[in-house]
Amino acid sequence: MNFDLRIPVGLMFTIFGLILAGVGLFGGAELAQKSLGINMNLWWGLVQFVFGALMLFFGLRGKRTP
Amino acid sequence: MQTTIQLTAVDYSILIIYFVFVLGIGFALKRRMKGGAAFLTSGRSIPAWVTGLAFLSANLGAQEVIGMAASGAKYGIMTSHFYWVGAIPAMVFLAIFMMPFYYGSKARSVPEYLKLRFDEKTRGLNAISFAVMTVFSSGISLHALAKLLETLVHWNYWTCIWASAFVVLVYIFLGGLTSAIYNEVLQFFMIVLGFAPLVFLGLKDVGGWSALKEKLAPIATEQHFAPGAWTHSWLYMGSALENPMGIGWFGMVVGLGFVLSFGYWCTDFLVVQRAMAANSMSAARRTPLIASVPKMFFPALVILPGMIAIAMQHESGGTFLPTAADGSPDYNMTIPAMLARYFPTGLLGLGFTTLMASFMSGMAGNVTAFNTVWTYDIYQSYIASNRSDAHYLWMGRCATVFGILVSIGAAFVASKFNNIMDMLQLVFGFVNAPLFATFLLGMFWKRSTGHGAFFGLLSGTVGACLFHGLSLAQTNVPGIKGAWIAPKFIFHSEMGQNFWMAIVAWTVCFTLTIVISLLTKRTKSDEELAGLVYSLTPKPKSEDEPWYQRPVTLGLIVLCITIVLNLVFA
Repeated sequence: MNFDLRIPVGLMFTIFGLILAGVGLFGGAELAQKSLGINMNLWWGLVQFVFGALMLFFGLRGKRTP
Repeated sequence: MQTTIQLTAVDYSILIIYFVFVLGIGFALKRRMKGGAAFLTSGRSIPAWVTGLAFLSANLGAQEVIGMAASGAKYGIMTSHFYWVGAIPAMVFLAIFMMPFYYGSKARSVPEYLKLRFDEKTRGLNAISFAVMTVFSSGISLHALAKLLETLVHWNYWTCIWASAFVVLVYIFLGGLTSAIYNEVLQFFMIVLGFAPLVFLGLKDVGGWSALKEKLAPIATEQHFAPGAWTHSWLYMGSALENPMGIGWFGMVVGLGFVLSFGYWCTDFLVVQRAMAANSMSAARRTPLIASVPKMFFPALVILPGMIAIAMQHESGGTFLPTAADGSPDYNMTIPAMLARYFPTGLLGLGFTTLMASFMSGMAGNVTAFNTVWTYDIYQSYIASNRSDAHYLWMGRCATVFGILVSIGAAFVASKFNNIMDMLQLVFGFVNAPLFATFLLGMFWKRSTGHGAFFGLLSGTVGACLFHGLSLAQTNVPGIKGAWIAPKFIFHSEMGQNFWMAIVAWTVCFTLTIVISLLTKRTKSDEELAGLVYSLTPKPKSEDEPWYQRPVTLGLIVLCITIVLNLVFA
C-alpha cells in the first residue's frame, strides 16, 4: 500500500472541523438559535477537528514505520 | 408545504471540499490501475478495517438514510429488526461460514463461485439477473438523489443527474473498485459525523428518551395499538394485529431474519465484493464482522430520527414534516426536514453533503459490482476469453461508462413511469428471494448438482411469482401489489406479504434443489469441489492470531451484544 487512507480522511475532517469551529466563533450568536441555543458549529467543529487530527497523526506515523 | 434548504457560501465550500477529496482519491489511485485485476478486484490488497467500513457503506444508499427513517416513523423501534434480527446474524454467518469459500476459491465474483461450484448455466442465470438489477438500482439511486435535490435546493433535475453521474464516473473510471471502496469509507465517516449532531439535537428537543416514549404512546393508542407499540421491538410481535408492522414473530424471524437477510448479506455481490477485495483470508473474514459493529448502532442514527419526527409531528399539530402529494405527512423527508430545522449554516453544509454522499456511494457500489460481473462473468465467459489483463482493464472501464449511461436511462424511466420501477423491483424480489437456498446447499451439501441448483433457483423464482399472484395485503387492491391470479392469502401488511413470499420462494428452491440433485448425476468430483464445499475444505486456521482477530471469537462477541440490544429494547 503506497496510499494510507487515514491521511485524506484525517485531512478532510481537520479542514471541516476548522471551518465549522470558525463559523461557530465568528458567525454571530443568532446562528445558535436553530440548534436549540447550543453553539453546535463550534462544538461539533472541535469534535471533527480532534477526530481528523488523530487520523492524520496515526496515518503519518504509520507511514514512517513501514 | 415543502422543505427547502438555504445554502450559504460556507455550506457550498464544504460541499466542494468533499468533492475535491472524492475526485482526488480517484486521481491518486490512477497510477495503481495497471490491469483488469487491479481495477475490478483491487488486486486483493486492502486492509480489513477499510473493506469492513466499505462493506457497511456500500449498502448505505438512499434506502437506508431515507427509508429507515421513514420506517422509524411508521413502525417505531420495530424497524430495528432489520438490523438486530436481519443484518447482524447474517453478517456473522457470512464471516464465519461463507467467506472461506468465496475468498478461498479465488472466485472474482459471486456468480463465478456458482460456476466453480455448479456449472455454467447457474452462473449465467445469476450473472445476468444481477447485472440487470444493479444497473437499475444504480439508476433508482440517481433518480432519488436528483428528485431530493430538486425539492430541497431547487436545482435542475437533469443537471443533478448528469453532474452526480459524472462525479461517480470519474472516480470509478480512474481508480476502479479501490476508489469506490476508499470513497465508501470517507462516506461512512461523513454519515456518522454528519448525522450524529442531528440525532443529538432532535432528542434534546423532544426532551430525551423517556419523554420520547411518552410522546409516542398517544400515537400508538390513536391507531388502536398498545401505548408501547412504537417503543418495544418484541413485546407486541405475538400476532400481526398487535403491532404497526402488521406481522407476527414467525414471519418476521424466518422471512426477514433468515431468508431475506441471509439472502442479501451473504449472496449479494455488491457487499460481498468488498470482503473479496481484502488482503488476506483473515481480513476477508473479519470484513463483515468489522462492519457489524457500527451496523448494530446505526438504528440510533437512522431509525431514531424517524421516531423523533413523528413525535414532534404529533405534538406540533402536523407542522414538523412536509406533506406528501396525497396529503399525509411525508416520512421520506424526515432527515432532510430535520436538517433544515436544526442545523445552522456550516453544519447544514455538512449534513447536506452527507445526504448527497450517501446517495452517490449507493450508486458507485452498484456500478463497481456491475463492472466486475459484466467483464468477468459475461464478457470474458461468453464473448472474449483469453485476452490480456490490460484488455479486461479496458473493458472494465468501458463497462463503467456503459453502466452509468444505462443508470441515467433507468433514472429517466423512473422519472417518467413510476409503475415500471415498482414492477422491476417486484421482479427483483422474485429473483432474490430463493438465492440463499442455492448457496446454502452449494456450500454445505456436496451432493447438490448443477441441474439441481439451476432448476431449483428458477422454480423458486416462479414460486415467488405465483405466491405474489395469490396473495394480497388487506390495505391494497388486486393488481401490481398482488392477487393478480386470485386473492387466496390475505395479509395484514405488505411487509408481511413480502416476508411470506420470501419464505415460500426459499422453501420451493430448497426442496426442489434437493430433489433434482438426487435425481441427477454429480458432475464434479470431490477433488474439484475442494475449497468450495464445507465438508471437503480444510478449516481455516486462526490459532496463531491474537483473540481479537479470530473470526469466531469476534462473531460471538458481536452476537452477544446484539442479543443484549434486543433485550434492552424488547
